[in-house]
Amino acid sequence: MIVAVASGKGGTGKTTVAASLAVAWPRPVVAVDLDVEEPNLHLFLKPKLSGIEAVTLEVPDVDEGKCTYCRKCAELCQFKAVSVMGRAVLTFPEMCHGCGGCMAVCPEGAIGVTTRELGVLERGVARGNIPCLTGRLRIGEAMSPPLMRFVRTAMVRETLPDWADIVIDAPPGVSCPAMSAVADSDVIILVTEPTPFGFYDFSLAVEAFAPLGKPMAVIVNRAGLGDDRVYDFCRERGLPVVAEIPYRRDIAEHYSKGNVLAELDGDMGARFAGLCLTLQRQTGGGAHA
Amino acid sequence: MREIVVISGKGGTGKTSVTAAFAHLAENAVICDLDVDAPDLHLLLDPHVVREESFHSGNEAVIDREKCIGCGTCLDMCRFGAVEASDGEYRVDPLRCEGCKVCVAFCPEGAIDFPSRHCGTRYVSDTRFGPMVHAQLFPGQENSGRLVSELKKEARRLAGEMGRDLIVCDGSPGIGCPVISSLSQANLAVIVTEPSPSGLHDLERVAALCEHFRIKVAVIVNKHDLNAGHTASIEDLCRRKGYALAGRLPHDTVVTEAMVARKAVTELEAEDFGRRVKDAWTVIQGLLNAH
Repeated sequence: MIVAVASGKGGTGKTTVAASLAVAWPRPVVAVDLDVEEPNLHLFLKPKLSGIEAVTLEVPDVDEGKCTYCRKCAELCQFKAVSVMGRAVLTFPEMCHGCGGCMAVCPEGAIGVTTRELGVLERGVARGNIPCLTGRLRIGEAMSPPLMRFVRTAMVRETLPDWADIVIDAPPGVSCPAMSAVADSDVIILVTEPTPFGFYDFSLAVEAFAPLGKPMAVIVNRAGLGDDRVYDFCRERGLPVVAEIPYRRDIAEHYSKGNVLAELDGDMGARFAGLCLTLQRQTGGGAHA
Repeated sequence: MREIVVISGKGGTGKTSVTAAFAHLAENAVICDLDVDAPDLHLLLDPHVVREESFHSGNEAVIDREKCIGCGTCLDMCRFGAVEASDGEYRVDPLRCEGCKVCVAFCPEGAIDFPSRHCGTRYVSDTRFGPMVHAQLFPGQENSGRLVSELKKEARRLAGEMGRDLIVCDGSPGIGCPVISSLSQANLAVIVTEPSPSGLHDLERVAALCEHFRIKVAVIVNKHDLNAGHTASIEDLCRRKGYALAGRLPHDTVVTEAMVARKAVTELEAEDFGRRVKDAWTVIQGLLNAH
């Protein structure tokens, strides 16, 4: 089973929930951070790092000795990554999406492959038994989707043999990166807060994710703050609110120290253990649906 | 004309609440919401839309089933896994299609259309604090820097036309394409952070991004009293790296009260919080003038 924790609005508690689910999960589980622009899950799970792999994108390398300046590459490229100016070919590797079109279209075979570093995939193990995968975008790199694709492929490949479940920490927002982070999941957990910003971005997220046809469950963080519109909306749309995290200063302080919420003194551990069971029941349990 | 962009790296640190307060305090500004993916500034500024335009960006591949002979060339050539085949029927998943045109160019039957992609709507509005430029992407669209650049261009045009000397922008979380676009030609990046491991980690990354593009950085520590140790680490980082410390804001429910009242926090009778935001704004004005 793959659980994706997403939100719409940033800072609603995605990482708090993802870390708590990973720690409380009753079966073997892998924790995956797909918020590659600002990965934070490792700050709470604190995995022991076992490896760092560079992730690259194939971009064009033009052999001007073979080039006849026919411009076919520049005409095909939709991203202004190749241009022909008189008797010179200019490539802008940072604009390239890695579609391979220029290489395929060149009639002279003059375009070979070089690479651009997108970032890294970090592997580690937390608590002795929670494998962690973290995508980390290189600073200055604009495109997160190709790095996310790499991490998702590694995630599926590496968890299949063990039949482990997966908890994904998704990026904020409702555009392409957030959609691709939840694409593999069996259930989407939406973390929101009962404030006007929380509600507005939550409604965008529901609108974005509903067409995927996946079961969705809602966690209301900072419950007690703000207003009731998130609850009304959930009732109208038939979205189950599976947990509430109260608005309390001790919870905010616990978080600010880098602690996992499920391990706060009191009933949080029991609440998350119960939540794990609810999620497994909701999606029919079992590994990898 | 000067431009400031309020960003954070980590989401939910208070970017939009701070931007709304700056929009209130600024005397002659154009306001711009560059978080086109999950925009929230309009919730506080209650804009009256005076002009709206649809936003198109790039194209998407659509297979014409009548013409498709099922040769599989598109499936083989697509590097984004966007082409799916089931029972000999081929289709393109619009969520995965990057609009690279490779399948269109190589389809032997010319069976793939390539219409432009309608991604969202952009607006020019009036607010009680002045003109505002903003947008809303349709859910699931590519969060293109292109829309961000268009909004900034529009804000500059409007500022020139109306004789306004400052553009105050609310940015997106993260460090990717939309944030990079929002930093282009900015005079100052105001980074709102919080004293937590995530706040510090994400501040380091987004501030490094600003340095990469040679944009001057000012830092505001929101909820500073939640963790004195991390607040000290953030301020120490600022001193080491030469980032200006624009201020500290306390952990206070007045921010949510302002949100519920649809006001900038400085419009409420919130003495301590409001005064601290004003002090931060004074520091930021000083930094802009020293530029």
